[in-house]
Amino acid sequence: MAKIIIDEQSYEVKDNLTIYEACRQAGIILPALMYDDRLEPVASCDLSVVEVEGEKKLVNACTQRISDGMKIQTQTARVREARKKVLTDLLAKHPLDCEQCSTAVQCKLQAYVQEYEIPHPTQKSSNKNYELDESNPFYIINPNKCLACELCVRVCSELQGVGALEINDKGYVQRKLTVECESCGNCIDICPVRAIIPKRFAEEYAQELAVMGKEQASEQTRHVKTTCSYCGVGCQLELVVLNEKVIDVKPVKVPPNNGLLCVKGKFGHKFINHPTRLKTPLIRKNGKLVEADWDEAYDLITKKVKEIKSKYGSDAFAGLSSARYTNEENYLFQKLVRTVFGTNNVDHCARL
Amino acid sequence: MTNSISDIRETDLMFVIGSNTTENHPVIANFMRQAKKRGAKLIVADPREIDLAKIADIYLQIKPGSNIALINAMMHEIIKNKWYDQEFVAAQTEGFAELAAHIQDFTPEKVAEVCAVSAEDIKKAAQMYAAAEKAGIFYAMGITQHLSGVHATMALSNLAMLCGNLGKEAAGINPLRGQNNVQGASDMGCLPGDYPGYQKVYHPEARKKFEQAWGVSLPAKTGLTLSEIIHGGADGTIKFLYITGENPMMTDPDLKKVRHSLTSLEFLVVQDIFLTETAALADVVLPASSFAEKDGTFTNTERRVQRVRKAIEPIGDSKPDWVIFSELMARLGRPQSYRSPADIMAEIAGLVPEYAGITYERLDEVGIQWPCYSADHPGTPILHQDKIERGKGLFVTVDNISSAELANYDYPFIMTTGRNLYQYHAMSMSGKVDELNKKASESYIEINTATVERLGLKDGDQVKVTSRRGSLITTVKATDRIAEEVMFMPMHFADAKVNYLTNTVTDKMAKIPELKVAAVRVEKV
Ligand code: SF4
Ligand code: SF4
Ligand code: SF4
Repeated sequence: MAKIIIDEQSYEVKDNLTIYEACRQAGIILPALMYDDRLEPVASCDLSVVEVEGEKKLVNACTQRISDGMKIQTQTARVREARKKVLTDLLAKHPLDCEQCSTAVQCKLQAYVQEYEIPHPTQKSSNKNYELDESNPFYIINPNKCLACELCVRVCSELQGVGALEINDKGYVQRKLTVECESCGNCIDICPVRAIIPKRFAEEYAQELAVMGKEQASEQTRHVKTTCSYCGVGCQLELVVLNEKVIDVKPVKVPPNNGLLCVKGKFGHKFINHPTRLKTPLIRKNGKLVEADWDEAYDLITKKVKEIKSKYGSDAFAGLSSARYTNEENYLFQKLVRTVFGTNNVDHCARL
Repeated sequence: MTNSISDIRETDLMFVIGSNTTENHPVIANFMRQAKKRGAKLIVADPREIDLAKIADIYLQIKPGSNIALINAMMHEIIKNKWYDQEFVAAQTEGFAELAAHIQDFTPEKVAEVCAVSAEDIKKAAQMYAAAEKAGIFYAMGITQHLSGVHATMALSNLAMLCGNLGKEAAGINPLRGQNNVQGASDMGCLPGDYPGYQKVYHPEARKKFEQAWGVSLPAKTGLTLSEIIHGGADGTIKFLYITGENPMMTDPDLKKVRHSLTSLEFLVVQDIFLTETAALADVVLPASSFAEKDGTFTNTERRVQRVRKAIEPIGDSKPDWVIFSELMARLGRPQSYRSPADIMAEIAGLVPEYAGITYERLDEVGIQWPCYSADHPGTPILHQDKIERGKGLFVTVDNISSAELANYDYPFIMTTGRNLYQYHAMSMSGKVDELNKKASESYIEINTATVERLGLKDGDQVKVTSRRGSLITTVKATDRIAEEVMFMPMHFADAKVNYLTNTVTDKMAKIPELKVAAVRVEKV
């Protein structure tokens, strides 16, 4: 353990942490656009600079490690000035069309710009006019917004293990033609701005925006944390809901997935609001399935259960449950089969 | 899984057998790739040169159906060279002498022929596995969907015990469950011989416990398994079938028989979110809710019970499945008093010791891994940590049982089945996502490039694939990632339902059909 002093308060933290991590353990989150605790630390945006006693220059907290007795200042005027400069420079590289930007919540850059009261440049700051890259079926890359922070590049190589992205010599992100992208979308959610966006979200959000305007859309967008319904990994994710529609999915940084998803978890949820979802019970009449109401359906089932039970007994019944259902539903289903039908003929399709 | 997914970060070696992890459990494969980069070793055994095989230290392209031979040969080599964990074996296990005697015959040289890999590679794999301080075994349907599926899992557990890889961090035996809540469906007693928590229906004590809890007398006779239920429909013993959230008309082996069975029933109820192939055969179809429209829990492959939360209202007149079950039970004279799924979980916690400490409040931030015996029990990231659960771990000797179908003159190739990254099971969910369809929408059969040439075919040709049960038309995909006498078809696609070809012979113990091996012939059309 090491003793350090942050903003006049003393703390005891693990040895060999970076200053950034030490502050985080102390409950102080330094600004950083390009930091992620799952990635190897690199000196990047200089937004996380702090003053360290005895050091003439400001110190980058993302890469500098602590030493015992270190005295750190995170909010001095000098530090804030330096951060303002970094943000002003970044802003010059980034188009200021926040009103049209397809983000339901404030992006990180926007949040810092507000916090540090950076004036919006008077003339049109960014004159970049690169073409969008829409070659992937799931996402669009907008080079004009890219800050070249490399987070997406590092996620793709360090965490996804693919390495399908790079920063080109013009200073923005592009897809590598020689590497096959797995369309996991993990580059999307780490981007501190919205330089990579899901196509579907862009479309559906634009539709809603046209109707309700940015402010209302942001207000009404809900994030619901839940569990992916595709495979047994059980990744934790957030469904982004607007107007009773699931318009996007974001990974959550907890076990088991620690902020990663795959193509199915990230992009596979269109089925939820699909027009062919069953909306009413159906009953077979004259060989054809026709719409019915619940009472009719329940009555028919009840009648048949009674008939067949008195004619053939309990063991003429069977139930197949689902490996997609919740635990509560599986529990209730086997209870139904065992207590109402009166048989142990119940199984699920896990064997397949 | 005996261990946790996050353990992969710390492991020294991963032995992946019968699991195409990258396509079926993609995020776990990410952690494996990260481990590999960090310096962990990787051994892969699979008939197809799957993605992980490309970064493996040792890749064994074994023949389908030769898993047990390979594992036994590795143990042969480990015992012969005294590479096993002698301390662990002495303190924690029983039956070592029998095992050692049994695997005498399984020399790498003999087994090399059965598996169609070199004896050298088997020896190297054995040495590498035994040398690792913490080695984890990962397997999936490539192990279990065989006639000898249960035996193969026993062989793997022998191997893990032999090298002391049980009950410690970053090691263990880790089955990767396919569908999202397979673990939970089993935990909750949707099994013909088990009440919730694997309490046996033939056990009078267990039966009494549930009779008291549910206020009803319960049958003592073990019920029928899925395959037996399908048979029962066909032979007239089953009259009424209630299928929920599943599509056996896509996923079961031998679809002709399934159709015959389902259409022979007196009454078929299907509950689903789409009008699936199975629902189309029903007498009554009940519209259910997707996971986005209800509260509840799923239990993942590492036994972690996690929350499902309602995000939107049910679509149209559809209802959450738990509501449908409660309402039906009430109509049928067994009214339930659940106000929400949390009430059902409270009942489960009272009856299943492993879930006793689970409440929705506790699951709010992060899920809990069962067993979780009480409100202050932290859950169990690693099983068997104090000592092996049944006292001492028992080595069970198993032989290599050949698959029910072998290749012969009429059906000269072995066809195996599996999934593809962009689709899921019978596609009733993923098939509704246009972009996923763009990536993978039509069926194909993977055939080795040399075989394609030998048969006078070329990539992209339409071919007729015939097994003893039926035939279908599909497209040739020439590849070098599969051995010359083996072929592969994905299971998802409705345009060529591969399960018209597969075999219904099931493993005697787990009753899992041998979907992984069917003998076929291929002709140009
Ligand atoms: S989608 Fe995944 S694989 Fe593709 S570039 Fe992004 S992070 Fe890399
Ligand atoms: S796309 Fe986003 S994450 Fe990637 S380099 Fe540009 S700003 Fe950074
Ligand atoms: S996101 Fe992918 S890996 Fe994770 S649970 Fe869903 S399907 Fe499985």
